[in-house]
Amino acid sequence: MTGVLSAIELAYWQQTTIRLLAGLVAVLLLTGGVVYLYLFKFVSFMQSRLGPMEAGPYGSLQLLAEVGKWIQKEDISTKDADKFIFGLAPAVVLVSTFLMFVVIPAGPNAVMADLGTGIYYVLAISSLSVIGILMAGWASANKYALMGALRAGGQLIAYELPLVLGVLGVVIQAGSLNLQDIVYAQSNGEIFGISAIGNPYILTQFVAFAIFMIAVQAELTQTPFDMPIAESELVAGYQVEYSGIRFLVYFIAEFATAVGFAAIASTLFLGGWALPASWGFSDTAMHVIGPINVSIKAVFLVGVVFWVRFTFPRFREDQLQRLAWKGLIPLALANIVVTAILKVVF
Amino acid sequence: MANPLSDYLRSFLTVGLFAALAVVLFFLLVGISALLRPDRHQEQKYIAYESGADPIGSMWSQSQVRYYIFALLFVMFDVEAVFIFPWATQLEWFGTFGLIEMFVFIGILLLGLVYAWRKGVLKWA
Repeated sequence: MTGVLSAIELAYWQQTTIRLLAGLVAVLLLTGGVVYLYLFKFVSFMQSRLGPMEAGPYGSLQLLAEVGKWIQKEDISTKDADKFIFGLAPAVVLVSTFLMFVVIPAGPNAVMADLGTGIYYVLAISSLSVIGILMAGWASANKYALMGALRAGGQLIAYELPLVLGVLGVVIQAGSLNLQDIVYAQSNGEIFGISAIGNPYILTQFVAFAIFMIAVQAELTQTPFDMPIAESELVAGYQVEYSGIRFLVYFIAEFATAVGFAAIASTLFLGGWALPASWGFSDTAMHVIGPINVSIKAVFLVGVVFWVRFTFPRFREDQLQRLAWKGLIPLALANIVVTAILKVVF
Repeated sequence: MANPLSDYLRSFLTVGLFAALAVVLFFLLVGISALLRPDRHQEQKYIAYESGADPIGSMWSQSQVRYYIFALLFVMFDVEAVFIFPWATQLEWFGTFGLIEMFVFIGILLLGLVYAWRKGVLKWA
């Protein structure tokens, strides 16, 4: 089987077409699955109700019904709105979200583009979505939208730093920015000479993991950090004037970003697609196990994000800024220093 | 035939192609929706939403950005991160020299944060 497969040489465009389409399908399937699993069912069970039950078995086709509904809605923008920017803003958010997935590895070969700058590229591209949000808030010509967008801008900027500085701990340990290298470093690693479970960085970088997950919660503007879209004060923030298909695009982007950050967190901290090298699985087996492995980890981490979202009340805007600047950033810097010392000493 | 592009540039071409795919997906969704959705004009539909009451004043309103100073701090720390990343990948090679060098760097930046903190910049204005 392997012999046959490796004998087939695909041209660049063939390979790329397969990779891009497979990536697109994976992103949309995972996003849809996460919406059904957590937003429809998980939260319903937490609140002692059943959630959607009508469309398909246990309401599993509810999401398709919702998409069908949104597609038929009229596309309205306000009189004063800057129509061009207003229409384009969701596309900026969607592109920034999709580009996060390009470098996430799902197997020895299953990565769309194996960039040397890997994690750095992800952090850069994911912060582009704030431009789309500011565009939306400004072009809507609505007071709520403008305030929501400004809050989103302040929040995404403040939590960008803990995110970046938290990741640095992992980069120091792995000695590389490439996500594939980071996965192999965890798979081949050992803790005090014991290599039975490799070295998933959640064990040695648990401070960085906690900082990363808190910052991700804020970057996703999920409760308790959902001031930009607080429904009780700002109605829906920058989304208030959006309807129909363009709102759906924001919705897809929000949950795809959740999946993307969870996949990156599982790659950086939980070992990604790889199993510990000492378990002795061949590359051939990992082609099949890898994507399943990283998907399960990512979906689990999205579950943690949603668990927090549906459990905690909302922070105030100044509490949010205080937590980032006086709590997480000094902590992340301390983590870098300690990691660096230990790396040089050992 | 030799590759016209290096592998390095090709991987960025892939990134560009995926971005194009996302744009195509967006316009596909909007296009399908444009075929299916109704379009019934009513003046009231295009009034900005202000909790159900008639909106007051111009819609191009201004808002006080209370945390603009955070943006300045953000630039400072983001540039710091740009410098730390290459250092972090080569730490093994730099050894103790690199370690002390970076402590000085992070220390100066921390001084900046402490100064801003003491000045009360990090408080809600």
